[in-house]
This record gives sequence, C-alpha cells and structure tokens, in this order.
Amino acid sequence: MGMTMAEKILAAHSGRAGVEPGELINVKVDLVMANDVTAPIAIQNFRRLGVSRVFDPERVCLVPSHFAPNKDIRSAEQMKVMREFAREQGCVYYEQGQAGIEHILLPYRGHVVPGDVYVGADSHTCTSGALGAFATGMGSTDIAVAMATGEIWMKVPETLRVIYHGKMGRWVRSKDLILHTIGQIGTDGATYCAMQFEGEALAEMSIDARFTITNMVAEAGGKTGLMRVDQTTLEYVRPRARRRWTAYEPDPDARYWQTIELDASAIDITVAMPYSPGNTRPLKELLGGPELPIDQVFIGSCTNARIEDLREAAEIMRGRRVAQWVRCIVIPATQDIYLQALREGLIEVFTEAGCAVSTSTCGPCLGGYMGVLAEGERCVSTSNRNFPGRMGHPKAESYLVNPPVAAASALLGRLAHPDEVASVAATR
Amino acid sequence: MAFRGTAHKFGAHVDTDQIIPARYLNMSDPQELAAHVMEDADATFAGRVQAGDIVVADVNFGCGSSREHAPISIKAAGVSCIVAKSFARIFFRNSINLGLPVVECPEAVEATDEGDTLQVDLSAGTVTNMTKERSFTAKPYEPFMLELLDAGGLVEYTKRRLQAASR
Ligand code: SF4
Repeated sequence: MGMTMAEKILAAHSGRAGVEPGELINVKVDLVMANDVTAPIAIQNFRRLGVSRVFDPERVCLVPSHFAPNKDIRSAEQMKVMREFAREQGCVYYEQGQAGIEHILLPYRGHVVPGDVYVGADSHTCTSGALGAFATGMGSTDIAVAMATGEIWMKVPETLRVIYHGKMGRWVRSKDLILHTIGQIGTDGATYCAMQFEGEALAEMSIDARFTITNMVAEAGGKTGLMRVDQTTLEYVRPRARRRWTAYEPDPDARYWQTIELDASAIDITVAMPYSPGNTRPLKELLGGPELPIDQVFIGSCTNARIEDLREAAEIMRGRRVAQWVRCIVIPATQDIYLQALREGLIEVFTEAGCAVSTSTCGPCLGGYMGVLAEGERCVSTSNRNFPGRMGHPKAESYLVNPPVAAASALLGRLAHPDEVASVAATR
Repeated sequence: MAFRGTAHKFGAHVDTDQIIPARYLNMSDPQELAAHVMEDADATFAGRVQAGDIVVADVNFGCGSSREHAPISIKAAGVSCIVAKSFARIFFRNSINLGLPVVECPEAVEATDEGDTLQVDLSAGTVTNMTKERSFTAKPYEPFMLELLDAGGLVEYTKRRLQAASR
C-alpha cells in the first residue's frame, strides 16, 4: 500500500518500512522549539525528568516572540527563565534585535528543512510544513520530553488531501484559499489529520504565500500541513539549509482519508468574521451590506507579515493616509524582514501613511500588548484567529483578511476592497 | 480510575483563549492560572467550581492555541475530568500528558444538564449520569493512554522509562 507524504516522513523517522493511520509510534525528531510563553513550563518539566542535557543543543531552538520585548515584569521573568536555560544548554537562541516570530524565523534561517519531523510548543508550528516537513504543534510537556530524549510519541494521522485547481483571481491571495477552505470544512474539519496541499494554484505560489496556507492548518484542527518539494522550495531551502534534507513524495497509490478539490479561480476574496476563523464570507457580500467602520488594522503575525505581504500593503498605502479614526499597526514578522522592508523603503511608506510600525513581536495577534482592543472595538487583521477575547476584550471583534484588504481597509476606515483605494485622495 | 462530580456545561468550540486568555500567559503558576480558568467563556466559573467537578462540553473543546496553561488551569481548579463530544488535538494530548482525564462521549453530553452528578469510570469506559440514572459508553482509550494516565502523566511515565533504560 502506498503512503502519503506524512506517512513516509513518519515511517522514515520511526525506523519502519511503513506506517498506517492510527498506529502509535515513537518518532525521532529533527528539531524542537519553544517560545517565551511555552518554554518556562517545558523547562520546569525538563528538570522534573531528571535529565541534565538536551538531546542536541543545535536542534533545540528557543525564541522570544509573544511578549517580547518584555511587556511587563512577569513576562520578563519568563523570558529570563528561557534565556538562562538556553545559555546553560547552549541551545539555539535568538535575542531581541535578531529574533521575531518563530514560525517565520526558523525556516528563514534554515533550521527547518524538507523531510524533517519538527515539533514546537506552539500550535502554528505547522507553518513550516510548506517546505515539505512534518511540522506539528504540541504542549510544553511533550516538548520537554522531546528536548530531553529527541523522541516523541505520535499517532499516525489520516491524510486529508486538498487540491487547488486553476489560477487565483486578481486580489485573491493564499490567505483567501485557506480561509475559504476552513469555511468549507469547519474549524474541526481536519482534526487529527495531516493536510496535504497540491494543485496548480500552489505551483505558482512563492514560499511566503505557501506558508500562509500551512500556517492556518491549525485553524482547521489539523496536526500538520504538507506541501510537496518543488523548484520554488529548493530555491528557498538551498541557500539557508543548515542540514541535509530529503524530499518525500507521496506514492501514486497513497490512501487518503478524503480528497477535496477546489477551483482556485472560483474563490473570491474571503473574510473570517467574528468569532471564528471558520465563519467566512466572500468580501463582496459584506460590502453590499451595512458599512463596518473599524478602529484598528493589524498587519502582522506569523500568517501574513513576510516581505511579500508588506510590499503589497505598502503598494496600496503609498502616497495615501490611514483614515482619521483608525490606528494601523504594522509589525514585520522578523528582524530580517524588518531590515529588508527598511531597505526597500516600505517602512517609510507605512510611517508616512500614519501607521505605527514596530519591532517584531506577536503582540496584538494574541491580545498580548502593542494594540489590545477595548470592548466593542472592531479590528481588521491579517492574523489567523478571531475567537472571543483573542485580540483583547471578549466583546471586541476581529475580521481576518489578506494583506491588500487590510491595507485598503486602513485607508477607508472600514472593511474595504483594494479596488476602492483609487477613491482615496493621494497626499502627494 | 473513576471520578464522581457535578457537571458544568459548556458549548461547542470553546477555544484555549476562552479557557485561559493570553493576558494571563505571563504567568505559569497553576494556582494563579486556576483563578482565571474559563474566564472568557463564563466569568463566574472559577468562583463556583468545586474539587472533583466535571466539565462537560460540546464538540472541539480546547481548540486554538497549544498553551498547556489551558488544561493546567482546569486541573488546578480541581476539575477531575472533562467529558466532551470531541476534543481538539493538542488539548487532548496535553491533558493526557498532564494526567487530566478527557473522555469523548457525545451521548452523555446530550443527556447531561448543568448541575447533574456524573460518574466517569475510565477502566470500564463508561460515563454515568447519576441524576438521570443513565449510563453511556465512552470512546475507549488506547492502552498506551491509560498507561500514561496511570503513571500520572508523561513526565512520570518518561522518567520511569529513562530510569529503566539506564539500569
Ligand atoms: S503571531 Fe499570533 S498566531 Fe503566530 S505565533 Fe504569534 S501569537 Fe501565535
């Protein structure tokens, strides 16, 4: 019986010729990650295990991201626990000024490569699956055990294959494909599954755009999201990889739990309405209804804050100003991206438009700091979650969109289509 | 392993942001977290919950972030067990790893009202609503998961394994 990508990678990492969905296996991991929120509990549990050293310091990455730079004394204390552990163990650690959101940072810096089993104490670890790695989020206790032993127990998941046929329309982005998909299958539509993405629409996508899709596998309940390694992947991986990699192809006779075929050319710009990433509607339906005035726009997070996203948002904002009653917060995902945006003049465009641009952090994405919403406030965001209380007060609202829509909405002061920007007077 | 307690009912898709909001993630002490458990789903819960009580929920309980703070805060609040129609993947795993039993039993959830007394028997795989005098079969655990729960969670289980290997 043929195997899916996920099954092949897991078989190779458990020393077996083959694995079947549902089997409980012990898997060797290539990379382990925790962040400032999840590392302290992982470190506590690591100590309880009575082990003195991590299994391989070069394969254990600790990244300050959520409340970094430290937002208050308590988060500073947590950060300190992580820093001291990283120093003691000699783990991979990126300090403020070099760091950023782990899911963008680690693949960009070549720590994740195709064919890896990568476990991280953060649900969006699945982002790296766009490189053809089995990347999955877990809790701190699992990560403690992985740090100590280099192994983890896992149940082999069924694979849900999603094929995007056709080409995407103008202003439709990878974000819209995945939002639409989650709207179709529901936020538990892929629970316990590996998703495997294929199709013509993907073949033409940059790695940046692909990461947005695998990132939101978490919002469908999936264990991981995988994409096949192609020329685009190799061009991304080759100059960065710190280790040898293996490209695993699904067998032609692989067995899938389900295959969903979607026509990318028929998918419109999509918005996830409060309070669920699965509560999706085509943007044009919303624009026909009552106007949705907004208080905040957030262009950031591990979903959509890569250079491509910033370029698109800046292109829309260039020479225009953010609407009077909107605060627009732009946060490049990592320091590398921040620097590139600076060199390309994007930071200047945002600043002139009246955006607040910050050093890299998760910040407002999880209602952490740097843009927390008050009761009744409405935010348009490029991030991935809009649960009650996610970005601040439980009665605040977040609308999840692609970067061009976020930029257009900032200029118009309401949920808006990028084509409407022409109606906003240019300042120069 | 069996538990008996009062049921507290919650709806579908209760995510980890509602179980323990990010504003409290700058701490990791279980008792401090327990003071805010379920705050954005039901702000009165933390004040009402008694040791041994059972959380009962609809589908996809614990979806969203991987924060272990969520099952930690539920366990530290004294909850003995969670019965839901289904659980989100990471939450399920985290709970078992912490030694907090989570049981899938849609029929029992349907039949249970707020305040009913439930009895959950993990080895027998049953959920009994004592108030309504009805018993249901839960989705059975893999033997490995029972072993983890028996050991008191993944840390204890791994510790034993590592000690056995070094002997
Ligand atoms: S940006 Fe948001 S979703 Fe991504 S890791 Fe940070 S908090 Fe999580």
